[in-house]
Amino acid sequence: MTNILIIGATSAIAEATARLFATQGDKLYLVARRHERLQAVADDLRARGAGQVECEVLDVMEYNRHATVITNAHARLGGLDIALVAHGTLPIQSQCEASFETARQEFEINCLSTLSFLTHLANFFEAQGNGTIAVITSVAADRGRQSNYTYGATKAAVTAFLSGLRSRLHKANVHVLTIKPGFVDTPMTSDFDKGLLWTTPERVASGIYRGIAKKADIIYLPFFWRWIMLVIRLIPERVFKRLAL
Amino acid sequence: MPKRYQSWGRYPRTKQDIVKLHWRSDPLPLPKSPNKTILPYGNGRSYGDSCLNDGGVLLDTRGLDRLLAFDRENGILRCEAGVLLSEILALVVPHGWFVAATPGTQLVTVGGAIANDVHGKGHHRDGTFGQHVRCFELLRSDGTHRVCSPTENSEWFAATIGGLGLTGLIVWAEIALKPIANPYIEAATTRFDQLDSYFTITRDADSHDEYTVAWIDCLAQGNKIGRGIFTRGNHASQLPTKPKQSQPGGFPFPVEPPLSLINSVTLRAFNMLYYHSSQRRSKKSLLHYRPFFYPLDAIDHWNRIYGPKGFMQYQCVVPFTDGQASVRELLERIARSRQGSFLAVLKTFGDQASPGLMSFPRPGVTLALDFPNRGDVTLQLLSSLDEVVRQAGGAVYPAKDARMSGASFRAFFPQWESFANYIDANFSSSFWRRVTGDRQ
Repeated sequence: MTNILIIGATSAIAEATARLFATQGDKLYLVARRHERLQAVADDLRARGAGQVECEVLDVMEYNRHATVITNAHARLGGLDIALVAHGTLPIQSQCEASFETARQEFEINCLSTLSFLTHLANFFEAQGNGTIAVITSVAADRGRQSNYTYGATKAAVTAFLSGLRSRLHKANVHVLTIKPGFVDTPMTSDFDKGLLWTTPERVASGIYRGIAKKADIIYLPFFWRWIMLVIRLIPERVFKRLAL
Repeated sequence: MPKRYQSWGRYPRTKQDIVKLHWRSDPLPLPKSPNKTILPYGNGRSYGDSCLNDGGVLLDTRGLDRLLAFDRENGILRCEAGVLLSEILALVVPHGWFVAATPGTQLVTVGGAIANDVHGKGHHRDGTFGQHVRCFELLRSDGTHRVCSPTENSEWFAATIGGLGLTGLIVWAEIALKPIANPYIEAATTRFDQLDSYFTITRDADSHDEYTVAWIDCLAQGNKIGRGIFTRGNHASQLPTKPKQSQPGGFPFPVEPPLSLINSVTLRAFNMLYYHSSQRRSKKSLLHYRPFFYPLDAIDHWNRIYGPKGFMQYQCVVPFTDGQASVRELLERIARSRQGSFLAVLKTFGDQASPGLMSFPRPGVTLALDFPNRGDVTLQLLSSLDEVVRQAGGAVYPAKDARMSGASFRAFFPQWESFANYIDANFSSSFWRRVTGDRQ
């Protein structure tokens, strides 16, 4: 039986991933901002067969509680094997351009709060000598694009941080997984028109579950984004700057 | 691919704004413009326009897909209304439970199953879906939440079952499951060569078997009218030695052909081959519940086979009194028209009483079939069938209807006016406006 902590447990991808663990009878510690939504997710996971589900209401901006969330999870589940960091927001790029305050908020939520969790999680798992830290970043991390570079930058910072963390924790037998979804149809992307490249939270969740099981390092979901982003990354800057991507 | 909000018959084509629901704790989203009405939309397996709201808003309920509680001991499941019956079955069958009163597809939401008070091959034993609903929560546009059951808010309970989504949003529901020993069905098929034999066979089968239904050759004429293949089934008591694996996924019907693949030539050929493929003697088999209950679910988007104009389903019920004569008359009119489909089905309804005020099943014989949409010619045939049904004192099923007249609807459902008292002022559907609009 596996013990999993999920930060941002009411997000669509996190909920879909949690369901996969629940059907295996695993134990889950769910953290999110809204109590009623947490309860709805918890009820669902219990009905699907989760061994145990506990909840804690937290706004990720409460930095002084990050460490205790982890110790609470460990205490209440009786152990901790996997931490999935899945919280985040998708800002409107033009608003971030108009106001640095808006951009700064995005960095707080998508980057700094994540780095704070990672700091505590890394120390925790390193001391334990085993475990998995899985974090959802994005294909947007691979290159800053005109249409969403604030978001991309927050995710790029986390991705680089994870890369270093992976090396540090490798000798402690702790697995660090960077999850890079492409376009996913969730409430976060409800304003977008959906086309051929779009996928569902369920498919992303299967990919995450597999990535954790196989101890992958960096996964692109669906797989074809690895190749799309490779091409995107290879375009020389003097060409890229002219593209309206 | 962008999701299209259509009904299963892909007729009529309508245009709606879409609002997706995600959390049962959220308030009901109301449209920004005051004269736009809303309608909950499940998985779009209604055939006609009862799940459509042209010019209005559809509430996509598939985000309400969570379970609330599953009592494995007693077979009671509480879940949000956007959960599909297929998801319920995947969860409960391994624990020895089955969905009572399942319709012919498992790809319907719990909300849709309640709103249409669906029924299936087991109606003569199990009644309708609504008879297995213990309670549900109804959310109205004024923000009121009502938990409805036979003993609490019972009028709302009755109005919402078969209420076509018009009384408000069903947020979650609690259903009673039926116990099974394993996922298999012991089935037997028998060929019969004319309508009278159907009635003889079904009288016997209904008293012995849990599930009964007949496929009918709708092109047969003269003394061959009503010939077909009768299927009966029961949940198996013993596991077979080599269980057949049934894959849940389907083969997609990938493209829409430019015209209907069902025409008089293909239909005649299919019906002849299919009828003769079965035997007069009963042929027994043991099969997984999926191919027994949901054979068409194996082909994703089978509705595309009818081409861009789509198709119309027609399902009616006629009372037992003069039932044989009425069914014969219906089949004669259909055979003469040379229209019709290979999916023609005949079944008897039992005298199970649904709690639903606007419930369709009533004691009698029900006939269901598809017609490729050939425009006026199809509409005229169906109106002519309506006449037979009206004379017999029967009814046509709203969940499948895209064209019945207001006068016919009000004859089939005389209780429509008392039902109308329970309709939420901000809810409406293309169906409701069509069948009551000429009276307003």
